[in-house]
Amino acid sequence: MNAPFAVTVVYVLYALGLLLTFGTVLTWIERKQAAVMADRIGANRAYVRIPFTQFKLIWLGLFHGVADGLKMLLKEDFRAVPYDRVAYALGPWVTFVPVMLVFAVIPFGGSVAPGRLFSALAGTYGDRTFPMQIAALDAGLLVIFAFSGLTIIGTMLSGWSSANKFSLLGALRAGSQMISYELVMGLTIVGLILIYGTVDLDAIVRLQSGTVLGVLPAWGICYQPFAALLFLTAAIAENKRIPFDLPEAESELIAGYYTEYSAMKMGLFMFAEFIEIAIIAALFTTLFLGGYNLPWLNDAGFVFPGGHALPVPHGVVVVTQLLTFLVKIVLLCSFQILVRWTLPRFRWDQLLRFAWKFMLPLALVNLVATVAIVALLHGGRA
Amino acid sequence: MSRPPYVRRRYWNEPRMGWWERAYVFEVARGLGITGGVFLANMWKWMTGRKGALTSYYPEEKRADYAPANRGKHVLTQRPDGRPQCVACNMCATVCPAQVIEIDAAYDPDDPAHPKYPVRFEIDYSRCVFCGLCVEACPEDAIRMAPETPDLPGFDRHQMWLGREELLTWKPQRDVAKPYPPTGGSAR
Repeated sequence: MNAPFAVTVVYVLYALGLLLTFGTVLTWIERKQAAVMADRIGANRAYVRIPFTQFKLIWLGLFHGVADGLKMLLKEDFRAVPYDRVAYALGPWVTFVPVMLVFAVIPFGGSVAPGRLFSALAGTYGDRTFPMQIAALDAGLLVIFAFSGLTIIGTMLSGWSSANKFSLLGALRAGSQMISYELVMGLTIVGLILIYGTVDLDAIVRLQSGTVLGVLPAWGICYQPFAALLFLTAAIAENKRIPFDLPEAESELIAGYYTEYSAMKMGLFMFAEFIEIAIIAALFTTLFLGGYNLPWLNDAGFVFPGGHALPVPHGVVVVTQLLTFLVKIVLLCSFQILVRWTLPRFRWDQLLRFAWKFMLPLALVNLVATVAIVALLHGGRA
Repeated sequence: MSRPPYVRRRYWNEPRMGWWERAYVFEVARGLGITGGVFLANMWKWMTGRKGALTSYYPEEKRADYAPANRGKHVLTQRPDGRPQCVACNMCATVCPAQVIEIDAAYDPDDPAHPKYPVRFEIDYSRCVFCGLCVEACPEDAIRMAPETPDLPGFDRHQMWLGREELLTWKPQRDVAKPYPPTGGSAR
């Protein structure tokens, strides 16, 4: 059941605002976290001066994101002479748009009843509840894989059409890496699908709201810790960030498939990368960390292991679920940045060997073990 | 003409990886633990109002741990009446390896003991290497170096020149070893 148009519009605005904010703020978080990890202060020179005063707003360097955006917009837009003008112009968008689209099927909160939330809307919506998800698709997980597969086309397009050998080589590196790790990512998810018996993301999150053995939250990471690790690794590789950033190892190689891009076209690639950090975090949260679920909280209120129940009003539940999802995303983004500033880059052969000889067998072993256990527990009925 | 095939040189202390390191995951976890620990420790310092960084916020904030013997900004010493002790002999300018000292000498008929004095004494701090040879070369104890750094951040190298008046007055020093007017010997 899809939500009415007005509710969907609100969801879309929320998702857009969320993603664009993450794309901007993550640049700041990345700089500051790297600085704190390295005993430094970090970028804090950009400021906004209140007109006609000497009062400068620095805000811990938050305005560096704005300065970056302005720089990207005002730089010379270098006109390369590409093989194919259309493909060249399309490349950044084909990379950027699917990344944004993935969020459409991710549930970012439980169910909301607008009529109970705002009394003014009670007449319109009554007691109807809607899941907080833009597109409540039955095949949400498959849609995610379809869209993240599209980004490969974007990188290949931009590499091929640039009329530059370095771009072409970078695109080949990117393509082979992303295809390799997409395979691993898919295989790690299959185990989870076996356990939950569905590819509907909303249903998957709902199934994670209970508890295991009475105490442990029934999150995917408790069922499939191994798959969670493999999935996160493959997802970081999919996003082409250090230690897997060979497609554009800017400190050693030419900037890879976007060598011939400048100004905001290049900015779109970077923006897509930063948004994908948040998307990966959201995906991981949805699949393995119980999505918007706080342990022991359901739509009616808290139910603690001892049997104590604490009813909570609807509005508080909605806000708590939204905030829980956000906090989980932010923590996971921070973890990805931690990985990015800790591990050295792989060599090209190491990268592919790691995918095909290490992660793929491990994912297969994990899958076989999961199949065996599920078959034993459910007697082959699943 | 064939070259022998390239053989990679083996060193006696080549790093060896055991199965633990080869498994990669454990060492990755350890590395993440180290960096994450540093991050949390520094974050805790920032959040409790202390400084969680080793670097300083230059030029608003200057580091406090310069040695007392640090060779920083130059001082031109003064005679008791406030004129420079310098006799414009050009020894410092001659010995200076970076050739940053420029002196214009002039004649002072009122001072028979030291008729030569500098009307212009300029140091280009954009090129100075802070070796201290000018201090050692000076026969008159007229130039010294203070621990304070020049602190001349600027957008133009012409902003990094310091002249006679600045060097004389930024940290006045009159305790010159040579007395004035000179005693003993002949002034000729």
